[in-house]
Amino acid sequence: MREPRAGRIAGAAIASLILASSLVGAGRAQMGKVGTSLDPQNFGQIERGRYLAITGDCASCHTVPESNQPFAGGRPIETPFGVVVGANITPDPETGIGDWSDELFVRALREGKGHDGQLLYPAMPYPYYTKLTESDALAIRAYLNTVKPVRNAVVSNKLPFPFDVREGMAAWNALYFKSGEFKPDSAKSAEWNRGAYLVEGLGHCGACHTPKTTLGGDDRGQALQGYALQGWFAPNITNDSERGLGGWSIADIVGYLKNGHNMTTASTGIMAEEITLSSSHMTDADLTAIATYLKDLPGQTARPPQAVSASDPRMAAGGAVYVDECSACHGMDGKGVPFLFPSLAGSPNVRSADPASLIRVLIEGARSVATAGEPTGPGMPSFAWKLSDDQAAAVLTYIRNSWGASAPAVDPGQVAQARARAAMASGR
Amino acid sequence: MAQKLPKKDVAIIGLGWTGSILAHELTDEGLDVIAIERGPWRDAPTDFPTTYVQDELRYRIRHELFLRPEQMTFTFRNRMDQQALPIRTWGAFMPMTGVGGGGVHWNAETFRFLPSDFVLKTHLTQRYGAKFLPEDMTIQDYGVTYDDLEPHYDRFEYLCGTSGTAGNLKGQIVEGGNPFEGPRSRPYPTPAQEQPFSYTLFAKAARELGYKPFPQPSGNLSQAYENPLGVRLGPCTYCGFCEWFGCGNYSKASPQTTILPALVRKSNFAYRTECEVTRINLDGSGKRATGVTFVDTSGEEWEQPADLVILAAFSVFNVQLLLLSGVGKPYDPVANQGVIGRNFTHQTISQAIGFFDKDKFNFNPFIASGSIGMCIDEFNGDNFDHGPLGFVGGGYMGQVQTNGRPIQTNRVPPGTPAWGAKWKSGVRDNYLSTVIPGTGVHGSFYSYRDVYLDLDQLYKDRFGRPLMRMTIDFHDNEIKQNAYLTDKFAEIIKAMGAKEVVKEPRKAPYDVTQYQTTHLCGGAIMGTDPSTSAINRYLQSWDVPNLFIMGASAFPQNAGYNPTGTVAALAYWSAEAIKTQYLKNPGPLVHA
Repeated sequence: MREPRAGRIAGAAIASLILASSLVGAGRAQMGKVGTSLDPQNFGQIERGRYLAITGDCASCHTVPESNQPFAGGRPIETPFGVVVGANITPDPETGIGDWSDELFVRALREGKGHDGQLLYPAMPYPYYTKLTESDALAIRAYLNTVKPVRNAVVSNKLPFPFDVREGMAAWNALYFKSGEFKPDSAKSAEWNRGAYLVEGLGHCGACHTPKTTLGGDDRGQALQGYALQGWFAPNITNDSERGLGGWSIADIVGYLKNGHNMTTASTGIMAEEITLSSSHMTDADLTAIATYLKDLPGQTARPPQAVSASDPRMAAGGAVYVDECSACHGMDGKGVPFLFPSLAGSPNVRSADPASLIRVLIEGARSVATAGEPTGPGMPSFAWKLSDDQAAAVLTYIRNSWGASAPAVDPGQVAQARARAAMASGR
Repeated sequence: MAQKLPKKDVAIIGLGWTGSILAHELTDEGLDVIAIERGPWRDAPTDFPTTYVQDELRYRIRHELFLRPEQMTFTFRNRMDQQALPIRTWGAFMPMTGVGGGGVHWNAETFRFLPSDFVLKTHLTQRYGAKFLPEDMTIQDYGVTYDDLEPHYDRFEYLCGTSGTAGNLKGQIVEGGNPFEGPRSRPYPTPAQEQPFSYTLFAKAARELGYKPFPQPSGNLSQAYENPLGVRLGPCTYCGFCEWFGCGNYSKASPQTTILPALVRKSNFAYRTECEVTRINLDGSGKRATGVTFVDTSGEEWEQPADLVILAAFSVFNVQLLLLSGVGKPYDPVANQGVIGRNFTHQTISQAIGFFDKDKFNFNPFIASGSIGMCIDEFNGDNFDHGPLGFVGGGYMGQVQTNGRPIQTNRVPPGTPAWGAKWKSGVRDNYLSTVIPGTGVHGSFYSYRDVYLDLDQLYKDRFGRPLMRMTIDFHDNEIKQNAYLTDKFAEIIKAMGAKEVVKEPRKAPYDVTQYQTTHLCGGAIMGTDPSTSAINRYLQSWDVPNLFIMGASAFPQNAGYNPTGTVAALAYWSAEAIKTQYLKNPGPLVHA
C-alpha cells in the first residue's frame, strides 16, 4: 500500500484529480498543437520553474514518497469525498503530459480543465493556481519537460458515486471558482504583493487553513482562519492575536516555514510534509513576503471565552497529570525549551477552538520535522496507553486554561473519538 | 557463498559513538560510507519514550537494551591454569547492541585522562624507578600525548554540550574545577549540573578535609544546548534513570542526540542495522582489507567491499573480530609474543556506604542524573606520592550516586534481616537517609602479562566459531590501590556525618557476576612498537594499513576515569589523520 497523502487539499476537495487521468487508455482526441514548444535550452526559465514547482508543492500529490520517480503520480489522496490519485505529470506522451500543448497545460493549472476540456476536481488546487501569471505557469511546464518521463498509467478518479461524475464540478465551479490572475494592490508594498501572490496562489495555503463549506468550497469570509482536516486542525494563520499569528514576529514565521521550528513551536503532521517538500527550500525573501502578508491579515479577533475555573475538578486533576507527565519537557511554566520542546504557554494552537491537533498529539504522539536548519526532529511519545480519556481530557483542559490562556474544556468523548480514529488509521 | 554488494569507500563496523564520529567526519570528506550495525535502529522518542523508559525491572534487571548472551558471549576464567566457562548472564560489564551503542545506556560521565596517563610507563619509571613496578605489569605509553588530544577532547565535549566546571584553563588553575586536570583550551560548553544535598554535603566534607572537590563532568546537560552540527539537547530532569536506560528527554548526550540527526541527512551515508559483521576480509597478501562479510537476520551472508575499513565495535568485540579475521598476530602470554589480545584491562571499583540519622538527613536520592556528583582527584593517577604506598595507579572518588531506584538502591545497615518485615522497615527507615555512591571509588586497572584475550578452543558461537576467552584477575597492585582509596573515601563519607559507614573494597578474585563498569579496555592496543601494540598512534593497524581500530581496545592500560571522553577524542584524532594524511597517500602513517 502506498502511503496516502495526508493532504492539504483533502479537506478542500470534492475530491479530485488532477490532470488527464480518465483518458488514459481511452485514446486521446488531440486538440491543437501536440507537445511543448518551450525552449529546452532556456535554463533560466527551467530553473525558475523548478523553484515554482517546489513552492507550489507539486511533488506532494504527484510523487509517491520515497519513490525515485518524481512526478510520476500514483499517490492516493484522501479526501472527505473519497480517494483520488495524483496524476502522472512527467513528459511521458502516453501516460504523462508529454503530448499536451503548453496552452492545455496552462489551462489545466489555471482553469481546472483536462486535456479534452473535462472538469478537474479541486484537489488539484486550480482555484488557487488560477492566480498564477502565465509566465510562471509556463516556467513550471518548462521544468516538468526536463524530468524523467515515466510510463505509469494512473487512474485518478476513484471517487464513489455521485462524486465520480465530473460534470458535477460545473455547478461547484459556479459556486466557488473565481477565475483570474492575481491583481497586485498598488497601495501595498511589493513584498506584501509577492506574499499575497504566494499565499493566495501558488502556495495555496487556504486549501488547508481556510474553513470549508459543506460542499468543500472555501468560506471566503473566514479565509485562513483555521480548518479541521484529517484529524488535524490547520490553525488560524491570520494576525489574530488570540488564535492566530499575532504573537509571532515575521522572523518567527520565516523560521518556522524554513526550519519547521521556532522559539515556541515545532511542526508535525501535514505541515511537516509541506515544510520538508516545499517551504524549507524557498528563499528567505519569499518566506519574508509570505510572513509580511499574513501579518497584515486582521482575522476576526473574537473575545476569548471564559477560562475554565481553577477550582474546576478537571483543572486540579489535569494539573496533577501535567506535573507528572508533561512538565519534564514542557516545563512547570509551560514554556518548553526553545527549538526543542514547544511552548504550551501562549500558544494559539493550544487554545484553538478546535482541539483536534492537541488531542491527536497526546494520543498518537508526534514527530516534529527535521530540516537542514533544525536537524534534531524531536518527538513526543504517545500517551494513549497511559492516560484514560478522563485524564487526557483533564490535562488538555488544564493546558488550555493555564498561563493566562482560556479555551473550552476538552471532553473525554473527543479523546475517545481520537483514539478510534488512530486505531482505524493504523488498521487495528 | 556471500552475495557481493557494490563497493563503498568506507565500511564502518558498529554504529555507536566512534562509528558515528568516523561516519560524520569521513562523509564530510565526500566519501561514500556505510555503517553496519549488529543491533537494531534505536531512537529517543520511539525507543526510550519518557512514558515507559523508567522501568528498572525491564531495563536494569532484565537487560532490555543489551546484547543477549545467546547471540554472542565469551568464556571467562581468572587464571591461565583454569578451564574457562561461558558467561551466560552479563554481570561485571554490560555489552550493548544497537545503534548508539554504549552511548545509549551510559551515564555520560565525560572525563579526560591526566596528561601523565598517556605517558604512564615513562612517567612512573622516571619518578619511582623501573623496579617500583610489579614485574609482570605490562603498562605502556599510548604513543599520543594529552596535548595531541586536547583539541579532540574539546570537539567531543562541544558535540555533547558537556556540563562541567573547568579546573585548568590554558594552564591557569580555576577555583571550583579539578586542579589536577590537563590544561583545557576553553571552558566546558555548559555549566555544571546543579547538585542536590548528598553531593554538596560530600563536597563540603571533602573541602574540610583539605581536598578540592569539583562537579563531575556530565553529558546530562545542565541547560539546553545546540551543538556545532545544529543538533539540540534539552536540560536534564534528574529523573534517575540514566545508566542502563536510553534518555527520552533529549538531555543525555548520545549519538542519537548529537550526531545521527545530522548524519542521516547525508546522501553519502548509509547504514544497515541487524547485520552482524562476521569477518574483516583480507586480500591474498593479508596486508590489505578488501571489506567485510556480514550476516543479516535471515542468516543470509553478504560481502561489503570497501577501500577503508573502520572497526568501531565495543572494545572486546573489536578484539574478537580481529582474532577471527586473522588480522595481526594473536597474543601468547607464555612466549610474551603477539599483539591481539594483549593488555586486556577493566576497572577497579569500590564504594563506601553511609547510613545517616533519618531524622536529620533527607537526601531524596531519586533526584539524580547519570553523571551528577562531586568528586575529588587527589588520589587519581599519579596525583599523589606512591613511593611510601607500594602500589601505582588510583582513581577519582566522589558521591556520584546515579539513582534511588526501588529494586537495587535500597541498602540497609548491617545486621538488618535480608527479607521480611524487618527488612522492609529497614528499607523504609534508611531509603531517604543513605548515601550509596555506586562507583564512588573509580580506580585504574593496569595491564599484566597474564590478563588477556584469546580464542577458546572448546566453546563455539552460533556460527561455529570459537568464542573469545577472557583471562582476567585482580593483581595485588590493584587490590592495594583500592584498599587505600576506599579508606580515604570512607573518611569523607564519615565526615559528612554518617552514623555508620560500610566499606566495600574490591576483592580478588575478579568476579564476573558483580557489576563494576562496562569499561573493558585493551586487547588491540596503540603504541609505538609493532611487536607490543596492534595499532599505531593514529589507531591504524600495523599489519593492515587500510584498517583503523577505534575504541577502548586501544588503551594500553585503563586509567582511573570513565573512558568515553578519551575513546571519542582518539576517534576524532584518528579521523583527522585519515582526512589529512591517509586519504592523500593511503598507506602506513607510521613506519616502524
